[in-house]
Amino acid sequence: MPVAPSATRPRSRQRPGDVLFSGAALAAGILILVALAAVTIFLIAQALPAFTANPADVSKDGRGFWSFVVPLVFGTIWAAALALLIALPLSIGIALFISHYAPRRVAVTLGYIVDLLAAVPSVVFGLWGITVLAPAMQPVYVWLVDNLGWIPLFAGPVSGTGRTVLTVAIVLAVMILPIITALSREVFLQTPRLHEEAALALGATRWEMIRMAVLPFGRPGLISATMLGLGRALGETMAVAMVLSPSVIISFALLTSQNPTTIAANIALNFPEASGIGVNVLIATGLVLFLITLLVNSLARFIINRRKDFSGAN
Amino acid sequence: MALVLSAPPAMRKLSRGTLWAVVALSLLLSVGFFSLLVLSGASKDFNIVGAILVAVILYIIVTFGMSRFVEGRRKATDRLATALVTSAFIVALLPLVSLVYTAVANGINRFDGDFFNSSMRNVVGAGGGGLHAIVGTLEVTAAATVISVPIGIMTAVYLVEYGKGRLSRAITVLVDVMTGIPSIVAGLFAFALFALFFGPGIRFGIGGAVALSVLMIPVVVRSTEEMLKIVPNELREASLALGVPKWLTVVKVVIPTAIGGIITGVMIAISRIIGETAPLLIICGMSTSMNYDLFSGRMATLPVFVYTQYSNQGTDTQAYLDRAWTGALVLILIVMVLNILARILSKILAPKGSR
Repeated sequence: MPVAPSATRPRSRQRPGDVLFSGAALAAGILILVALAAVTIFLIAQALPAFTANPADVSKDGRGFWSFVVPLVFGTIWAAALALLIALPLSIGIALFISHYAPRRVAVTLGYIVDLLAAVPSVVFGLWGITVLAPAMQPVYVWLVDNLGWIPLFAGPVSGTGRTVLTVAIVLAVMILPIITALSREVFLQTPRLHEEAALALGATRWEMIRMAVLPFGRPGLISATMLGLGRALGETMAVAMVLSPSVIISFALLTSQNPTTIAANIALNFPEASGIGVNVLIATGLVLFLITLLVNSLARFIINRRKDFSGAN
Repeated sequence: MALVLSAPPAMRKLSRGTLWAVVALSLLLSVGFFSLLVLSGASKDFNIVGAILVAVILYIIVTFGMSRFVEGRRKATDRLATALVTSAFIVALLPLVSLVYTAVANGINRFDGDFFNSSMRNVVGAGGGGLHAIVGTLEVTAAATVISVPIGIMTAVYLVEYGKGRLSRAITVLVDVMTGIPSIVAGLFAFALFALFFGPGIRFGIGGAVALSVLMIPVVVRSTEEMLKIVPNELREASLALGVPKWLTVVKVVIPTAIGGIITGVMIAISRIIGETAPLLIICGMSTSMNYDLFSGRMATLPVFVYTQYSNQGTDTQAYLDRAWTGALVLILIVMVLNILARILSKILAPKGSR
């Protein structure tokens, strides 16, 4: 802490400017506590009616809030997990390319280019996903269903528009790619030089050096980067809302027109028209989403803090 | 290349020329194959993405095979890893290139004076523009910035200069928690907050600003904190030793030293929130007319404009799609300009004489 040691002893009288300024700083800090408490309290307050209301009012099938929210939770986690499955190998590849393969001078520029992906607004990703990606993937899906339809994941009937959960997962993967890449790149760059040189001196090829020195060293950082990416994918709204043709079901089939939708997309699509208890139900699902992302992010932070020296993330 | 370190003298190895030849060959083969598809009428137009992907896969297989044969198993695995890592990068570039290309190609149709001069009031079908949305976005973002920057910077000052013990640790943790709040939850919070006072039909601009602040404050705190931490302690001590009060030391010495980084962080935070759609959809709503007043009435914003133009297409579909893409293009341009400006400013305002 860069606090001068004399600050605690009342050597001279407190200047009014000091009191004011430190008071303002303290107030700002406390405001953050209050804001977060307010987020939680107001969400709970507005969500409560959904839990206590007559089950028949909450959802169309009349089985109450929890049977309404379970498929949504499934969809949220399923889409995010698929996105992670696609994004993780790619991000590790890109991060390694920037940290250990690309020439030093190009590497910084390449890093900027990947960061540019992070700057693109999600609504633009949604627009791109539905006008470019979905039509482009549709023939691929037809082929997959025709030839690999016996695998439950690729079971038919195939979607005619390409607006499936797999397309959503690809768009989400593109969106979380820069986050995972940026963090794991930092971690890979922190590998001690001596470890790498020792491996090379023992005759390891570059890949063997990476496998033996870089990846084990970077594992905790990699895990936390993954969790942060997952947290982002869980909460992503517009891309899912625009691309997916949604229905409230639990299904593992990737390529049909019946896709499990996510909490965030469901809120965005239904909120503008919702009224009465419907609003409370949507806010309650938002609260569930908040808790899920909170869990994932806390886990990530916990891993980062446990191995702080190894991590480039703050 | 680390070949020198690992190859025993007797070992043969593939030269760079051979590898480039393989690259050229696989590109040629793949492009040839896809052109053949077009010529024979099997596919309508040339599939660039498919061609690149096939070329990449071809290259990986061929180099692995050649290397396995000439250089042995370990070198072959190394070559495979290099090829895979490089192709991961190329694959990641495809969506970026495709996205920017589509946005420019489709957005340029309506990137005209009309778009920046008119709102959507009484417009059905072609014509109209996004002026109301651009104004709305600028107002809401400006309001969010005005709320977030003082709170964010003062919190960072507290954490770095004053904070100690349990409170500062708690604030650090909570800032982390705030970073992870999904944008739609921030929107729901703003709605829940204002609905309590103004009833459930409430939609106005300042609510959007509050929602965006929830997303923006943690980013500002994080970046400012990092910047304040790297201000050398000698500067603080020198100032305090001269009898300057602590608050003046912070205001006149610490913050000016870090100002470049702080401004960069703020601009990056702005570029993050300016494209947020979900919270604004919930609390700002959408309108087709100009609304300069943050405190009353629905307010159009650019991301929501893009979304509604896409989702509520009228009979003249193309006109709506064109407007959506132009809105998207404007949004991308704003974000790019903010990012580039941030980088330039951080260069200009970097503390002088320190290195």
